Amino acid sequence: MRGRNVLVGLVVTALVGAPLAGIALAQGKELFIPLLVYRTGPYAPSGIPIANGFVDYFSLINERDGGVNGVKLAWEECETQYDTKQGVECYERLKGKNGGADVVNPYSTGITYQLIPKAAVDKIPVFSMGYGMTAAADGRWFPWVFNFPTTYWSQASAVIRYIGQQEGGLEKLKGKKIAHIYHNSPYGKEANPTLEELAQKFGFELTLLAVDHPGQEQKSTWLQVRRLSPDWIFMSGWGVMNQVAIKEAASIGFKMDHFIGNWWSASDADVIPAGDGAKGYKGATFHAPGTNFKIHQELFRVLYDKGKGAAKKEAVGEVLYNRGIVNAMFTVEAIRTAMAKYGNKPLTGEQVRWGFENLNITDKRLEELGMKGFTHPVKVTCEDHEGAGPVLFEQWDGKKWTLVSEWVPVMKDVVRPKLEAAAVEEAKKLGYTMRDCAKEK
Amino acid sequence: MIYREAGQFKTSYASDQAIFPIPQDRVFVGVVCVAAVLVPLFANEYWLQAILIPFLIYSLAALGLNLLTGYAGQLSLGTGGFMAVGAYSAFKLTSAFPGLDIVVVFLIAGLITAGVGVVFGLPSLRIKGFYLAVATLAAQFFLIWLFNRVAWFVNYAPSGTITAPPRTVLGVMVTGPQATAGARYLTALALVAVFALLAKNLVRGRVGRAWMAIRDRDIAAEIIGIRPLRTKLLAFAVSSFYCGVAGAEFVFLYLGSAETLAFDIALSFLVLFMVIIGGLGSILGSFLGAGFILLVPVFLTNAPRAVGIDLPVALAKQLEVMVFGALIIFFLIAEPSGLARLWQIAKEKLRLWPFPH
Repeated sequence: MRGRNVLVGLVVTALVGAPLAGIALAQGKELFIPLLVYRTGPYAPSGIPIANGFVDYFSLINERDGGVNGVKLAWEECETQYDTKQGVECYERLKGKNGGADVVNPYSTGITYQLIPKAAVDKIPVFSMGYGMTAAADGRWFPWVFNFPTTYWSQASAVIRYIGQQEGGLEKLKGKKIAHIYHNSPYGKEANPTLEELAQKFGFELTLLAVDHPGQEQKSTWLQVRRLSPDWIFMSGWGVMNQVAIKEAASIGFKMDHFIGNWWSASDADVIPAGDGAKGYKGATFHAPGTNFKIHQELFRVLYDKGKGAAKKEAVGEVLYNRGIVNAMFTVEAIRTAMAKYGNKPLTGEQVRWGFENLNITDKRLEELGMKGFTHPVKVTCEDHEGAGPVLFEQWDGKKWTLVSEWVPVMKDVVRPKLEAAAVEEAKKLGYTMRDCAKEK
Repeated sequence: MIYREAGQFKTSYASDQAIFPIPQDRVFVGVVCVAAVLVPLFANEYWLQAILIPFLIYSLAALGLNLLTGYAGQLSLGTGGFMAVGAYSAFKLTSAFPGLDIVVVFLIAGLITAGVGVVFGLPSLRIKGFYLAVATLAAQFFLIWLFNRVAWFVNYAPSGTITAPPRTVLGVMVTGPQATAGARYLTALALVAVFALLAKNLVRGRVGRAWMAIRDRDIAAEIIGIRPLRTKLLAFAVSSFYCGVAGAEFVFLYLGSAETLAFDIALSFLVLFMVIIGGLGSILGSFLGAGFILLVPVFLTNAPRAVGIDLPVALAKQLEVMVFGALIIFFLIAEPSGLARLWQIAKEKLRLWPFPH
């Protein structure tokens, strides 16, 4: 019966020990930012580089500048495995730490949907950079949520514009067959309404093909693709689904330069497993790949040469790593903007929210940050939390990603009216009222 | 010494048939109930929102599965699917009738789930054991597929997500973003308390005895006059009702918004593990199992940091999964009858304490 005694001991330990969790720490002297990451599970190939990029930029700010205007950044990672239930647990655990979180980055559209209703109540802004609920880009209805530089809907419109450019004009799209292969989750479905509207407008034939979580099994989807033989394929995938899709496309001999991933479906980890077959695969992005920017030299100098980097040195410059840098940069600049108004001290979530809403990153500022040409200037306003920034296209040459387009503008005239209508719809579900932006400032 | 029945005589049928025949038990249960009601005064939001509310909801789901698997002996892997039916029907109901009290919505959603459960319970008349588990697995996949594909279930939301709108119980806001964690907790607590009491009485009465007879040997049960058709389908109906209510609460009181992924096969297994670890055929076991499965990972995540070891999150997560898996195996070897059995042994020991033979 010794086993049973050990058992009793374990149960008692768990019961007594569990309350240790969630002990709130005293008021912090730092800017606290919880990071919901996923370094394990089926989405880890996408989750690891983005988390590393994020952490490295924060470390750089702390090491090189001694924090943001002298106030140190503090962060704590929490593993979500891209699972909404674990994400909520993480958020609840971390939101009150160090005197309260200043901003939360959910890194998952599913978790973003969970956090949007909580944001206004907890007074913590949600920054879902280029993901999350598109309708939340209408800041009049969703003051606490930010999804600049561009949303899924805008991205889809830019992809169609790019395809039009390749075909020799948007009017040439008539009669073309375009397939959208998407992750069967809120994330993957986001682009569908926009694509449907554009299909009507430009007269191309749209086929929607869903891939169920986690996406390791796609034989039936690609059988449909073979039967359909579309002219272009657009993909909204994530994690392991991307690698499988690219391998499948290569194995049926699809023209890879007519296969475009959205910005969550075009990273190094997605194409490498397919080997040479992935050559020519394209992806959307809102920042450049590679390490040819001043910011990377700074990262190498301050962190990696001293062995303080979060990632392997070779992984710096991967697409998603760079996205982590951009995300962290936007966060830090929003804090800086807020500090210009509220002073150089630890801020509350409400103050940081003001910073996000009045964020204006110009070309000049990007140059100061060592990011000239790395990403596009962005301006956020009370009405517009999206910025509707343009989109770049990159192509995999078998070894690295290279940019193959100029900045392609989004179709704001198509997206914005739909977005405003959707915002009313979504806000109604939560019982929100519209605020008057003229009264802000 | 304290816990002893000597000198307590039952003088009426009512006292002999009470759920808790020993006064000490009644006092203990009373204290637990009062403590449970007072919890929102002391617990912080993390505890309420991330641990206690899911604990109550999982307990209800485990209770439902325990009635079916533990009492009636019908193995089911469709719990996630049935919870999804509850969640989506509650969502449809409350968007069609916004004025309806949310508890009423939960109950109707439970009834709808019961209907669906009966349909998927029909094969249980012909197939048994593991084969039935496979049949219920079909329910799981079919239902999730259905909610994913048919946009009507999500009111044509482009994202396919259902969101809990603000709704009230007796004038108090309990769902939606403005509802306090305390109000949500008390709603979940009230529902689970009522349903646990109902379940306890159900299994002590004619229905429960018929279920257990079917579970132990169905041919013998049939010979003594128990109709398998009605008994098995009733078990599926009641179990699905519980799971449906739990599913509705899962979205409305806990998550706030959900997609079908929240109800995938992993959820079915999770609830099944709760039942097995808590104890098959035990009402208390459903609660203990839910507590174990929910609390131990939280404890394992926080333990290294509490003692000052700062592990990288990925390593901590992998360690958590490994330790948790090892614990379950160890557990099933040390006490195959579950946590409820441990509780029983503790009570027997306490009866002799401090002078064991």
